[in-house]
Amino acid sequence: MPKRLAVVDAGRCVDCLLCALACSRRFGEGGLARSAIAVRSIGGVENGFVVIVCRACPDPPCAASCPVGAITKAQVGVRVHYDRCIGCRTCVLSCPFGAVHWDEENNKPVICVHCGLCASFCPHGVLALEEVQGG
Amino acid sequence: MDKLLARVLYIDLARKRFWVEEHPKIFEKGLGGAGVAIELLHELCPKDVDPLGPENPIIIAVGPLNPLFPLASKAVAMFKSPHTGNLGESHCGGRMALALRLAGFGALVIQGRSEVPVYLAIHHGRVQFRDARALWGLSSSLTAGRVLREIEPGSGCRTILRIGRAGERLVTYATVIAETYRHFGRLGLGAVFGSKNLKALVISGTGAIPIHDPPRYQKVYRELWEKATRSDLMRKYHDLGTAQNIQPLNKIGALPVRNLLRTKYPTEPAFTGERLAAEFLGRRLACSACPVACVHLGILREPHPVEPYFYKTTFVSYDHEPLYSLGSMLGMERAEDVLKLIDAVEVLGMDAITTGVALAWATEAFQRGLITKKETDGIAPDWGKVDAYLEMIRRIALRNGEFYFVLGQGVRAAAARYGGEESALAFGGNEMPGYHTGPGALLTYLSGSRHSHLDSAGYALDQECLQRGESLRAEELARRLINEEAKRQILSSLVVCFFARGIYDPNTISTALATLGIERSPEELEKLGMEILRRKYAFKRREGFDLVGVPIPARALQTPTPSGQVNEDFLRRALKEMAKILEGEDGMA
Repeated sequence: MPKRLAVVDAGRCVDCLLCALACSRRFGEGGLARSAIAVRSIGGVENGFVVIVCRACPDPPCAASCPVGAITKAQVGVRVHYDRCIGCRTCVLSCPFGAVHWDEENNKPVICVHCGLCASFCPHGVLALEEVQGG
Repeated sequence: MDKLLARVLYIDLARKRFWVEEHPKIFEKGLGGAGVAIELLHELCPKDVDPLGPENPIIIAVGPLNPLFPLASKAVAMFKSPHTGNLGESHCGGRMALALRLAGFGALVIQGRSEVPVYLAIHHGRVQFRDARALWGLSSSLTAGRVLREIEPGSGCRTILRIGRAGERLVTYATVIAETYRHFGRLGLGAVFGSKNLKALVISGTGAIPIHDPPRYQKVYRELWEKATRSDLMRKYHDLGTAQNIQPLNKIGALPVRNLLRTKYPTEPAFTGERLAAEFLGRRLACSACPVACVHLGILREPHPVEPYFYKTTFVSYDHEPLYSLGSMLGMERAEDVLKLIDAVEVLGMDAITTGVALAWATEAFQRGLITKKETDGIAPDWGKVDAYLEMIRRIALRNGEFYFVLGQGVRAAAARYGGEESALAFGGNEMPGYHTGPGALLTYLSGSRHSHLDSAGYALDQECLQRGESLRAEELARRLINEEAKRQILSSLVVCFFARGIYDPNTISTALATLGIERSPEELEKLGMEILRRKYAFKRREGFDLVGVPIPARALQTPTPSGQVNEDFLRRALKEMAKILEGEDGMA
């Protein structure tokens, strides 16, 4: 059964950013430049946080919106074909969650691949890989 | 070392200019953080400069491990302190370190004074000088934060530093607040911001940090993450936060109560970590890159004073130090009242420790008749009376009349003006932290480069000695404390939170640095720690600090610690030994 990354308990998020930092480590670098996951406060840290990451839509608008077919639906989430991408940012506008992040250096989108690395470094059980119903 | 770390962003507020200089040598030698900031301070801060004059520089530095390893979450500020008139060093968590480092800088230097109030917006490596006249004089620092949160970009990867009214009015212990609830808390950086007409600073960063040896980096990262999350080393900070200290300190009679006239409550205080967690804890927060989430927010629910069925709900961050200073030191009985006082200093932007100690001194001075209602403008401060203290805090921040103006300079200045030196609990000009554990704690306050309990943690050594039933000779105690402070200079240069000191031993640090292409043996690191400490001490001596003759408030000697009264001769012997080590007459230099 394929798995998707899920935000299972945002109420326990403490804004440590270890998820986003883990995501960039996939590329052997530090920081946040190519992180596909982000955390923002809900109007101030006292009000809690939202975790902004691809939810693996069954019918992803980012794929539908791409004018050059650079984003295709994958078994879970989407796949970005970087050689086709023209960097127009239409996909960024298409996602109501803001989960299409942007790699400024390469001018390409960064979308979660549901590998679950971030979840393995989340110290407070906010993130988890869960089975996709109906695959 | 990655090239980004050596980049220093200079900002001249007078001429509204900014530029970047690369200082690879300073960073190679001092690593980052405190090791770099002290070098820049020696270079940029003229001798005997007025701390509130335009020539006093603000230096904020991060280090090679920010935010690449767990708990590498702190930024270090250095400046000349308007509170002590000497070395100003203050550490801040929150997002400050991450934002500065990912903006592509290792340090930030702010010089000069703007003619009009401004705030700095630093995005994509560029500095904008923005008009802050509309933000100046706001009654709450929280409002300034809210406004900037809305009008500035970078949500999720930025820090918003700002001052409150106390900083604007140059209260010498005004803080700089970050992200709400985190601070450059001690020694008056807020007043230095205020003196420069600098209301706030927003900096965002989303960059990449290149890694020298990615496979090893991943491995070492995972090992440190495991230690930080799975071992007992961090549990104390995780569950109850530092507030868990209140109960055990009260039990052994080491909790300063009522201006240190006492050291314990007859029954357990209402504001122990356990009771706050059970009755008030509403949320926990972490600094960027830290899994611990030691920041504990209590929920304060207050009925509207006039209108029924209206309530004000406030989140208040509590730690051991504000619970001590605005709680036990003022003889508070109700947890709600302590939270109200903590909220008041947060809103106005004042150091919680110094504010509490100043109010405690004032209460005792009032009771002894050194000051009267004439000075306090009709207010009668009394232990446990929250309303009087709330009003006094407001007047200190607004510098209302001579008495509150002087109290806004701390207890040293207040006692010099009104008397009561023996009960003015300041060490090296900085007010006392919340541990009266024994000679180790007092020596840390007297000798530490920041006059903070964190400098060399004598309070921890005292408690170890108590448990073992051991008492150290003055010279041995001096050596142990100096070695601890030297060791901590490395953490301050990486910059790793002191709460992680049990995880980051010299071998681990050496291994972590190697993954980033920085080769330093554990021995070299130890040597560097002492060098940085000596550089700080050299700055302090340059500005007139006399370690051997530093005044010791009589109250701290009279009130017994769990190991009895501390003897002044003992402390002086230890201080002499410390001076010898710091001045290099022991062959260690």
